[in-house]
Amino acid sequence: MAEKILRTTLLLMALAVLCYAAAAADGGRLKLATTTSLQDTGLLDVIKQKFDEKYNVSLDVISGGTGIAIQYGERGDVDVLIVHDKERELKFIKDGQGLERRCIAYNYFYLVGPKNDPAGISGMNASAALAAIMEKGKADPGKIAFVSRGDSSGTHAREKLLWKKAGYNYTQVNTSGPWYIEAGQGMGATLNMANEKQAYTLSDESTFRAYQGNLTLVPLIEGGADLLNVYVAMAVNPKKHPGVNCELANEFINFLVSDEGQQLIASNGFSPAKGNCALIGCSDLECAVPTSASCVAA
Amino acid sequence: MEEIWNGFLRALELIVTLNPEVVEITTRSLTISLSSAFIAALVCTPLGGLIEFRRFRGKRMLINVVQTLYSLPTVTVGLLVFLLISRSGPLGGFGLLFTPPGMILGQALLVSPIMIGLTITALAAVNPQIKDTAKSLGATELQIIITVIKEARQAVVAALLLGFGRALSEVGVAMMIGGNIRGYTRVLTTSIALETSMGNLELSMALGMILISISLVVNLLMNRFQGR
Repeated sequence: MAEKILRTTLLLMALAVLCYAAAAADGGRLKLATTTSLQDTGLLDVIKQKFDEKYNVSLDVISGGTGIAIQYGERGDVDVLIVHDKERELKFIKDGQGLERRCIAYNYFYLVGPKNDPAGISGMNASAALAAIMEKGKADPGKIAFVSRGDSSGTHAREKLLWKKAGYNYTQVNTSGPWYIEAGQGMGATLNMANEKQAYTLSDESTFRAYQGNLTLVPLIEGGADLLNVYVAMAVNPKKHPGVNCELANEFINFLVSDEGQQLIASNGFSPAKGNCALIGCSDLECAVPTSASCVAA
Repeated sequence: MEEIWNGFLRALELIVTLNPEVVEITTRSLTISLSSAFIAALVCTPLGGLIEFRRFRGKRMLINVVQTLYSLPTVTVGLLVFLLISRSGPLGGFGLLFTPPGMILGQALLVSPIMIGLTITALAAVNPQIKDTAKSLGATELQIIITVIKEARQAVVAALLLGFGRALSEVGVAMMIGGNIRGYTRVLTTSIALETSMGNLELSMALGMILISISLVVNLLMNRFQGR
């Protein structure tokens, strides 16, 4: 009996190895590193389905935050990025890591919190609201708290920018007491945590809407230029990273900015970039136009 | 409490109706972990034999190190393998990052210390007369190792199953090396992490129950091999 099981186990294992040897041989994969918001809202599932069908390839989505996504790009481990942090995007292009910046979608960040708004931020602008949460949170951390992504994502970057606008040094903020909670997780998990603690947090609009059903938190501050949230696609530069699939990355970006792609974006919780370039601060060259960047490694 | 109970019922439903996504993720998990355990066994069983049968300086120390590595944190192995197979790393040219073969490599490394260590323990328990007899009959070193491994095969298979169990239940390597790509590198443990963070607790529970069931089967098999 034991002999038989032993033989069967070994045979199964050998088969498994063979299966993978065969599966490893297939081609046509495009690796996309992106933020958790595009994944959590379901937009990428829809885009993957259409894109895979149209080009007979497989879009592999690795979702983390803007910080880790850009790092994957800088190491040449992915072919294309969709991120949302202008400062780091511009640096990525300037360093020669990426080919071109293409604005593909936008929405707004929300400052969300408990319905009874214990810090009384409703009606303020985002920076003033954060300052108020900090002041009152320091006084009564049991009642008033703020949950930060704390993961160097695009949302985290925006939060830091807002603290700067409010006149604070970020290290001053995140070491100032138990009212400031660093989640270190994706947007959905951070929202759930803020909900459990009845705390305030900064969220992108789409993820908040996707999770709204499970949350008692409400958006307290929405809209306004300093809460604008623009998503950008960039192909990784093959001159820096010869292994990347640049042609397919360009096809993918052109699919996103095509009428079909923009339509998918519009019907899945985001606003399309096309036609809104001035509003979202993207130049005509960057905004939802096809890319013709060369993939030839010099 | 109600949430847990409902989750449990929904989980049962997902399993009984063979929900396609659940089946797909489970199959992938099994395939990847079986492959890594198999590859690790191919290398580690003979290696354990060599360490057991050779006499050399620092042997005790080496065995101590191997045993310490039993509890190697999975995220540390994940990080190490990530740095190795990233395109900017020394093995970058193979393009293994974010692929199932990359995960197999990572998990194989992860379970190697357990397999080597337990092989050594198993072989040490074999009656030394068998080794001596083989030697007196003119067997080469390799032949002696094979003879003794055959003698201790039940314990060796138990080591293999234990390695498989660790590979199947770990999340660090699978997440960092696989990247949790839907339909490609998403396995049971990374799905549970993702679905929980997304609030899909029922699917998480279903996948968790499958993991526990597989562990139970592995454990039963192991007891059988150890003749209990």
